[in-house]
Amino acid sequence: MKILETPLKPEVVADLRVNEPFKVTGKIFTARDAAHEKLLGLAEEGKEAPFDLSAYPCFHCGPVMKKRDDDWQVVSAGPTTSIRMEIFEEEFMEEFGTKIFIGKGGMGETTSEALVEHGGVYAQFTGGAGSLMAGSVEEVEDVHYLEELGVPEAIWVLKVKEFGPLLVTMDSTGESIHRDISEEIESNLQKELETL
Amino acid sequence: MNPERLARDLVGPIKKAVTTLPEPTLAALKEAREKEEDGARVQLDAILEAVEIGQKEEIPICQDTGTPTFYVQLGADYPAINQLDEIKKAFREGVQRATEEVPIRPNTVHPISGKNPGDNTGRSIPWINWDITDGTDLKVTYLPKGGGSTNMSQLTMMTPGKGIKGVKELVLKRIASMEGKPCPPTVVGVGLGGSASISMSLAKKSLLRPVDERHEDPEIADLEEELKERANNLGVGPMGVGGETTVLDVKVEHDHRHPASYPVGITPQCWANRRTSFRITPEGDLVEVGR
Repeated sequence: MKILETPLKPEVVADLRVNEPFKVTGKIFTARDAAHEKLLGLAEEGKEAPFDLSAYPCFHCGPVMKKRDDDWQVVSAGPTTSIRMEIFEEEFMEEFGTKIFIGKGGMGETTSEALVEHGGVYAQFTGGAGSLMAGSVEEVEDVHYLEELGVPEAIWVLKVKEFGPLLVTMDSTGESIHRDISEEIESNLQKELETL
Repeated sequence: MNPERLARDLVGPIKKAVTTLPEPTLAALKEAREKEEDGARVQLDAILEAVEIGQKEEIPICQDTGTPTFYVQLGADYPAINQLDEIKKAFREGVQRATEEVPIRPNTVHPISGKNPGDNTGRSIPWINWDITDGTDLKVTYLPKGGGSTNMSQLTMMTPGKGIKGVKELVLKRIASMEGKPCPPTVVGVGLGGSASISMSLAKKSLLRPVDERHEDPEIADLEEELKERANNLGVGPMGVGGETTVLDVKVEHDHRHPASYPVGITPQCWANRRTSFRITPEGDLVEVGR
């Protein structure tokens, strides 16, 4: 299985194709609804993001964390439903240049078009497999907006080793297995309804 | 009855609920894994690995440890019936302790201010559903249901004339439109009749039955079986990547309805179909009773 290292090389990301499994080693950051709002709000005010968001995958995730002495540990960290971020990612790519989004359930046409424009991919990590993900975390490097947003919504910067398997489900050529499967499901549904 | 001791003891079943899966669910996932290929198999392998790690390392399988919910079956002749307030208090404290000790994710947010108290409690939460039954026992099931699956719930006030065919149509259309969002393979709960709120509550209660256990009424059992088979022909597959296994099961519960209304409640449960069941003795001891 292909292992991508961060900082990500744009040409490596743009080369990923749907149905390709891969893993990530290096740094990733979590961001869900409130974190997206927060970061885009900063950009609107002309302020900088707390770190360079372009070279690291954005993971749609609200983890369970534990603090031992002064150090945070990831207890369980599976993906959240990505479609809630559909209203953000086009602008997010535009503002911050982020190339890989990891989540579950797939994203829509606006994101698909933005992935083509920015040479990015969307990859799915198995929903619910939070304990598996936690095993790939080597270190919690940093956390942003913890006080303001709370544990699930804060931006956690994680050092990971072979985080995955991640499955590319939307790529930079505009392919989306979510779109293909939707069509297939619709035709299967019609067959079932006709035989009720 | 000592509520502090009961609260301490409750951490055990809450921990077990979020770190392990009931045997019938696990068996169904393993069976599904054998049937699937390619991307679908990758998903099920990751699922089974996550379950194994959760159990071995005693950490939550999924980071979404749900809204704390207790389903209580209270025997009308339960000897400690005058101490239900203490039990309620213990549920609340038990959830607070579990949040720290397991740990589980603080999942209660005020709907207006957006504030999260950080201990999994809030107005009416933990939610406790009280049903009065015969006998002297107090039986509890802790059902931590995640947000991703709950967001796919649907209430339809169906035109009664559409009848049972209309119900089948609604359920299949819903399962098709949810795609990968509720973390399939799911267990889909369906509640028929009652009122708007009753049908939704029946749908959720149906999830308390173990995977593969059919309804005692043969007509309902047939409906469950047909919906399960048809749902698995839809091709949603594990985590929506396509495949043979869209649902692990479909459960149906029903109540009588108003002649002019046919409420159909649907709520899916993700593959992490977690729960624990236990009895609370009149002395306040916990006795596990399977799930």
